[in-house]
Amino acid sequence: MAKIYKTGVLLAGLLTAGMSSAALAGGPVDEKLVIDDELEIITRTAAPEGHPLDEVISGWHYRTEETRALEADSFQNPGMLYVERGEEIWNTVEGDAGKSCASCHGDGEEFLKGIGANYPKWNADANKPFNLELQVDQCREENMQAKPYKFDAADQKALVTYIKHQSIGMPVEIDLSQGEMQEWWKKGEETYYTRTGQLNLACATCHEDYNGNYIRADHLSQGNVNGFPTYRLKQSAMVSLHNRFRGCIRDTRAEFPAAFSDELMALEVYVTWRGTGLSVETPAVRQ
Amino acid sequence: MTKGLKIIFAAASFALAGSAFAETLAPDDVEIVDMEVTASLTGKPGDATIGRETFADRKKGNCLACHVNADLSDQLFHGEVGPPLDGVGDRWTAQELRAIVIDSKEVFGEQTIMPGFYTMNVGINVAEKHKGQTILSAQDVEDVVAYLTTLSE
Ligand code: HEC
Ligand code: HEC
Ligand code: HEC
Repeated sequence: MAKIYKTGVLLAGLLTAGMSSAALAGGPVDEKLVIDDELEIITRTAAPEGHPLDEVISGWHYRTEETRALEADSFQNPGMLYVERGEEIWNTVEGDAGKSCASCHGDGEEFLKGIGANYPKWNADANKPFNLELQVDQCREENMQAKPYKFDAADQKALVTYIKHQSIGMPVEIDLSQGEMQEWWKKGEETYYTRTGQLNLACATCHEDYNGNYIRADHLSQGNVNGFPTYRLKQSAMVSLHNRFRGCIRDTRAEFPAAFSDELMALEVYVTWRGTGLSVETPAVRQ
Repeated sequence: MTKGLKIIFAAASFALAGSAFAETLAPDDVEIVDMEVTASLTGKPGDATIGRETFADRKKGNCLACHVNADLSDQLFHGEVGPPLDGVGDRWTAQELRAIVIDSKEVFGEQTIMPGFYTMNVGINVAEKHKGQTILSAQDVEDVVAYLTTLSE
């Protein structure tokens, strides 16, 4: 973090601040996430090449003991209800073609294993990266003759939670060699470092420069996406990734882009890459 | 409403605003020289008691989002992104504190996370309802600065 200090006064202030914040926060907790005492989750790992940080750390480490415990026990994790609902949807016939997801893909647990860990993924026909929401909508429209979901419809969140959950524990890795993924990554990187809104903040200002610190009551994490959709205790609901993006942008007092717009898709590609190697945690539990 | 009437109304409210804030410096006219803004933005001294409220108000200063301040220990959740402001009145002069609150980037550098509270030097895509507005009014700034100068150890 390069900063220019114009006076020694400020430096003195910062030194005392450093001392007190060490006492207050201490950054991410030093613990391991093992779900139901059997599934080890990779919540810390060496950053991929070209990453600005040395280590990527899951948002789990920055939450309170109670919140962390909820995620470690799948009977208590409220997000598991959405997984169950998602499985129902997977097996339910919808649309004019009279098909369910299972009609073509068969058993979800088998077919979906590992898929969620590799999204977003280049889609040659659409000539852009697809996340799971876009892939699901494509199957609904073209293969089921059903309507695409409205953004953040309860069923969209449940189905995507179910799909992602089939990769739980598997490391996130996206393929940037396909199509124009590199260009999208680059565009996302630009967005990540661009300051927005009246408060004049970029994603990096909070999540890269100050992770491990409290901003008001919130313990800032690196803003990784491996747990999405996540169950947020504050909202008592599943929160989709683009909803989270839009919330963070809105908090800078800026207008936020539409869900699944090119800008947010590029951001999803880039931010997913930043969390390379972390296990899929869906449904993660956050505050 | 006819066009003529509109213009008259506009002119009238402009005149009103003009007289009420005759001595208030617009954000773009503020000059930060050597990390200082020497004179009050409004020509009037700030009120430290009001400033203490503005400082804590989440919709206004929300300074506690990033700063610990023992004087407001009755308020929950002080952030720790910035240094504690205890004794900040001993470390900086009122003129320097005014510059920090107006546009911290002029004092700490472009990379600082601290927002500028009375500046048009902001990020892209500012939300419609905040467009062209500063986070604090000129008088808010003076009140907060007056409050900061009372923080001594
Ligand atoms: C009529 C058959 C059919 C139905 C019904 C169908 N799909 Fe598909 N699905 C496909 C085909 C074919 C592909 C591969 C080509 C493509 O991307 O469209 C695919 C691809 C996918 C993929 C991407 C797999 C990968 O490896 O990246 C996912 C995820 C998926 N479908 C989920 C669903 C879901 C969820 C539903 C129900 C809402 C559904 N599909 C319904 C035929 C179907
Ligand atoms: C003002 C500071 C701030 C800015 C700027 C900001 N965020 Fe956040 N973000 C937060 C806070 C606070 C949380 C909740 C606590 C945490 O996980 O950091 C959060 C959470 C997140 C999460 C969820 C992390 C998890 O583990 O569930 C993601 C993802 C995220 N932010 C991405 C972004 C992106 C992308 C941007 C830029 C478009 C951004 N944030 C800008 C403050 C910010
Ligand atoms: C988003 C976080 C943030 C907010 C909100 C914020 N500050 Fe700051 N402030 C900082 C940081 C960080 C520094 C240290 C300089 C740096 O590292 O850029 C700082 C430095 C300062 C300093 C110099 C402190 C010293 O001891 O040297 C003062 C004074 C100050 N801030 C006052 C305020 C006031 C008054 C408000 C509310 C109107 C406020 N800040 C809101 C982050 C913030």
